[in-house]
Amino acid sequence: MQAQTEQTEFGYNSKIEGDVVLTTVDAALAWFRKNSVWPMPMGLACCAIELMAAGASRYDISRFGSEVMRFSPRQSDCMIVAGTVTYKMAGSLKRIWDQMPEPKWCIAMGACASTGGMYRSYAVLQGVDNIVPVDVYISGCPPRPEAVLDALMRIQAKIGTQPILQDTVIARALNLQGTSNK
Amino acid sequence: MATVQDIEIGDSAARSAQAAAELQDMQGEKMVLNMGPSHPATHGVLRIVLELDGEVVTKADPDVGYLHRGDEKIAENMTYTQFIPYTDRLDYLAPLANNVAYALAVEKLLGVQDKLPLRCQYIRVMCCELARISAHLLGLGAFAMDTGAVTVFLLTFTEREKIYNLAEAASGARLTTSYTRIGGLMRDIPPTWCAQVQQFCDEFEVSLAESETLLTRNRIWVDRLRDLAVVSKEMAINYGLSGPNLRGSGVDWDLRKNQPYLCYADLEFDVALGSVGDCYDRYLVRMEEMRQSVRILRQCLQKIPGGWANEAHEPVSIPDGKITLPPKQKVLSSMEELIHQFMLVTEGVNCPPGEIYFGHENPKGELGFYIHSRGGGVPYRLKIRAPSFINLSILGELMPGCMISDVPVILGSLDFVMGESDR
Amino acid sequence: MTSLEAAKTIKAKFGELISEPVEFRREISLKIADPQRIAEVCGFAKSIGFDYLVDVSSLDNYGDDPRWTVVYHLRAIVNGIEIRLKTDVNEEKSELPSVIGVWRTANWHEREIYDMMGIRFSGHPDLRRILMWEGYPYHPLRKDFPLAGKPTDLPGVAFTRVTPMAGGPFVTVAGGNDSIAREPRVRIPEEDEVELNARVEARGDNKAMRGQAVGPGPIKKQ
Repeated sequence: MQAQTEQTEFGYNSKIEGDVVLTTVDAALAWFRKNSVWPMPMGLACCAIELMAAGASRYDISRFGSEVMRFSPRQSDCMIVAGTVTYKMAGSLKRIWDQMPEPKWCIAMGACASTGGMYRSYAVLQGVDNIVPVDVYISGCPPRPEAVLDALMRIQAKIGTQPILQDTVIARALNLQGTSNK
Repeated sequence: MATVQDIEIGDSAARSAQAAAELQDMQGEKMVLNMGPSHPATHGVLRIVLELDGEVVTKADPDVGYLHRGDEKIAENMTYTQFIPYTDRLDYLAPLANNVAYALAVEKLLGVQDKLPLRCQYIRVMCCELARISAHLLGLGAFAMDTGAVTVFLLTFTEREKIYNLAEAASGARLTTSYTRIGGLMRDIPPTWCAQVQQFCDEFEVSLAESETLLTRNRIWVDRLRDLAVVSKEMAINYGLSGPNLRGSGVDWDLRKNQPYLCYADLEFDVALGSVGDCYDRYLVRMEEMRQSVRILRQCLQKIPGGWANEAHEPVSIPDGKITLPPKQKVLSSMEELIHQFMLVTEGVNCPPGEIYFGHENPKGELGFYIHSRGGGVPYRLKIRAPSFINLSILGELMPGCMISDVPVILGSLDFVMGESDR
Repeated sequence: MTSLEAAKTIKAKFGELISEPVEFRREISLKIADPQRIAEVCGFAKSIGFDYLVDVSSLDNYGDDPRWTVVYHLRAIVNGIEIRLKTDVNEEKSELPSVIGVWRTANWHEREIYDMMGIRFSGHPDLRRILMWEGYPYHPLRKDFPLAGKPTDLPGVAFTRVTPMAGGPFVTVAGGNDSIAREPRVRIPEEDEVELNARVEARGDNKAMRGQAVGPGPIKKQ
């Protein structure tokens, strides 16, 4: 029988006392994770310029923990799809997404990545969520760097409420089950 | 009893000679390296298939089209004004320049290029030059970052933020401005804009000097760029290069001087020319162009008709109801203006049948629009002559012979943008 | 030398092959009657000074025969004069000689025209698609290809789907005489007689105007 656990920002679980220690650890792990989200900038078009501006000194994204814009998918946490995804690019994008190790998140930045934007034509994929699961959509054409930072903060909030330890090998070895799904 | 074992160890020279003999059939095989489309140094989604012999590139085949969005086909389904936002996103580092280029092209088709009010022309020139500075700054910043000089990127972006502020004050948007309209501008500049431009010019000259101290006489920078990817004059002309790439090879061709449009004929500025045609020359040409742009900006600030705040209410659009939208007060009270507004919004500017080509000196090169019209407000065919597309075609010729670490340097010196190249 | 003089020189050399120079908005256009001789004409143009090929464009005269028009913009860098050469290619042949031997820049231009319109260039060393991928079955800029695209699937390479147009593109038909003819706003040329007729009517179905620029005239009233 699984009790309904409520995962809050601080991981305090009031229903099952036995989980209290684990969820505090969860909260700590989540804190580590969300303050070091390294983006994989999939900078395709104009939104990439605003993404670069978000990484530059005025709207410094590294103060949120995204210190390095790693172009290596193996070393990044969050893929920011910035720009129009064409059908020709879609295959490469999916491949790069697959190469990213779990846990990973995706931000669809701008109108073109969210829905295809104003390019309703034969060559444009109407939204990157056709090929990768998107966590946060940012509207705008291009969105201001503040909007990118807002999206990053939403991802951080999402990470903050994710159970972590329950899905690890240790937890499974100790026969502890998680109730929420990833 | 200890056992004695004889072990033979040949000397290293003999070992390597033996290995070389064994590997004979493996030598000479080249490696194919796929660079891109997602790559930090390719300035957008460019894929280059490199064939390497050790570290030396033997063949380079650029593969473009990863950002092909179908602009030309979209243009056949949009009115001339509806297409302006798409022009922003061509060279997205200098959207104001693209807007001006497109508006001038349609105005050439209409035959009203010389009817543009003078204030409109001066504002457009200022927008073009600000866009030129913005694009060159980003080109320089990304180029330096790829070569290793990361500080310059942050310095140039700080200056670009100031240009974004100016663009936002004028048009409402930082990046995708859509500032011009057929026959004029979206709206006049705000009264404090010119003062901000003047302040920007003063601050920018200091910052540019700072970036220059970091790069121009830097031993590493010069060594990496000098005598690399030399493009001779004939090759540059034969390959259709334009902009700083063409002038870096010593060809004296600048559309602002040779085919003057707007009020460039009244402004004094120099055209920077290179002598050798290598990457260093192209870099120097771009730096000098930025300084000349500041010079042009200062002259415009002095000469702008109506002054900075336009107390005399000089028009910024051609006052012809068949081309530009009439003032709103008239639209809601007068029949003729209402009809003009209706026709312009629903059917678009009625262009005569015919075809024109108009080339504009964009930061990346010559951005040309070939418009073939069969009457009406929708073009029959709009071809965008993208400078980056043509500049990229020379890669297959430039890269073979250089090392793989020279590849980002060459790409940075050609300064292309994929939004324009693939349209 | 001015553009008009250069045009007259070319016409004098080739005679009947070249049309009379047409001027519109201070640009000179010449029409070349036989597309197979384009490389020859371009070679001669280069020899008299047009060393810079600005642009090569293609045009789909949908509903007309010959269907294709290929447009070359030439420029002489030393004095800045420009000229436009046009040539018609009919659909059955859809092929004309490449001018890559005259200007190397024609390489990518012709690849793009092949990709977008489907016109082949004989003598081109490497005629393959450039903006779409190898194996894409259609030529997107043709007038009978819809803006929304057609579904294709090339496993391992790319796929395309039809874009939801949601009733757009929202432009009225130019040249339709009354508001009823101008609506509805979604037109598909091969299915819509009104649209085709409207376009024919707007041109005045003037055969002399087919593919040609016309001289300056008043903007036609609706």
